[in-house]
Amino acid sequence: MKYLDEFSDPVLARRLLDQIHAATTRPWAMMEVCGGQTHSIIRHGIDQLLPDGIEMIHGPGCPVCVTPLEMIDRALAIAATPGVIFCSFGDMLRVPGSGRDLFTVKSAGADVRVVYSPLDALTIARDNPDREVVFFGIGFETTAPANAMTVYQARRLGVRNFSLLVSHVLVPPAIAAIMEAPNCRVQAFLAAGHVCSVMGTSLYPALAERYRVPIVVTGFEPLDILEGIRQTVVQLESGTHEVTNAYPRAVPPEGNVPARLMLEDVFEVTDRTWRGIGMIPASGWRLSARYRSFDAEERFAVGEIHTDESPLCRAGEVLQGHIKPHECSAFGKECTPRNPLGATMVSSEGACAAYYAYRRLDLVEVGA
Amino acid sequence: MCLAVPGQVKSISERDGTLMADVDFGGVRKDVCLQYVPDAVVGEYVVVHVGFAIQRLDEDSAKQTLANFEQLGILEEEFGAK
Ligand code: SF4
Repeated sequence: MKYLDEFSDPVLARRLLDQIHAATTRPWAMMEVCGGQTHSIIRHGIDQLLPDGIEMIHGPGCPVCVTPLEMIDRALAIAATPGVIFCSFGDMLRVPGSGRDLFTVKSAGADVRVVYSPLDALTIARDNPDREVVFFGIGFETTAPANAMTVYQARRLGVRNFSLLVSHVLVPPAIAAIMEAPNCRVQAFLAAGHVCSVMGTSLYPALAERYRVPIVVTGFEPLDILEGIRQTVVQLESGTHEVTNAYPRAVPPEGNVPARLMLEDVFEVTDRTWRGIGMIPASGWRLSARYRSFDAEERFAVGEIHTDESPLCRAGEVLQGHIKPHECSAFGKECTPRNPLGATMVSSEGACAAYYAYRRLDLVEVGA
Repeated sequence: MCLAVPGQVKSISERDGTLMADVDFGGVRKDVCLQYVPDAVVGEYVVVHVGFAIQRLDEDSAKQTLANFEQLGILEEEFGAK
């Protein structure tokens, strides 16, 4: 119980944990969809405080990790174009494309800038009217309203040297894809609170009904996560499969109406490839016809770039459990967390990265 | 970039026809777009993600979240400055 004193209210945390322990009579596997929740669970050791049978399965909710390779390659091609200022959130710089990453391109002299908000990129465009400024628009439903508003503003203000490289992904189709996968072990979902802050909860009852899984809207802080897990266990134990909201202080059922209207105006639904998972139908957004002239893919004619994962990389087999990470010949050699070749080494929660961090003895044996 | 952080609206202004706010995140000040929470008022707390307020929050939950983030060094990580 060494982690308990890190909780903002250890007494409340203890009480929630006691209730979870008291409610649990058999093993359950639940997935936290959001990478922010995964981070919080690991950081606070929540998984270690839970009853033994309760397994937290980490979901695909990390926008950086699931951005497909061809999108990274398009970003790299645009960033390397003379005259371009390429703007991105900082955590995209190390994500590998086919050969390089944005950081390498920047070191080689490209003008790659890290911004806090997409609006900063629009300001850079207005300050540099003779340059093309491109923003790398990745993320889930939480981030999409910011990017939508930025394109809307660019159009309204007539900023023509700004464009968006769009790679948005949506949570509900991913939940469906996870449930439809063969050997799916997930029995319940902790839904991502801030995605629901924007989108509301109306899409989830149909999913809960179709797949007969409880879906509990959950926040990000340790106490929020414990409360989400508690509500999930109570449902699992009683055999119900409903949508409940364990994060009502930031999630009204209707979400954020002005943001949803903006999203409907600026984007339209499209198929998207998720790195490490593959194509999920209708799982993403692209710019709608009115805003298509702000699409960096068209402006820089990079839409046709298609790339394959490194021929060395066997992430697909790792993800399906066919091989263990250290059985990949690139593991720990061409491929490390600092220079990842594949999706499963990109994110610190990926299987290859976890093996690299904790199972280096295997590496020595294999290498010997 | 994943994190959404609560902060207090210190002042509201209009810039290029857009509602903007000066928001205080436990000492770190940022410009935040208020177009999605247009009825927020000075003194209120909002949840902010990549420079956009996406929901309002009551003061107690906001303060608790901020204190918790600060204790864990998350604020520094998110904004790259103290
Ligand atoms: S070790 Fe690297 S190259 Fe090998 S499967 Fe994992 S991510 Fe791919």
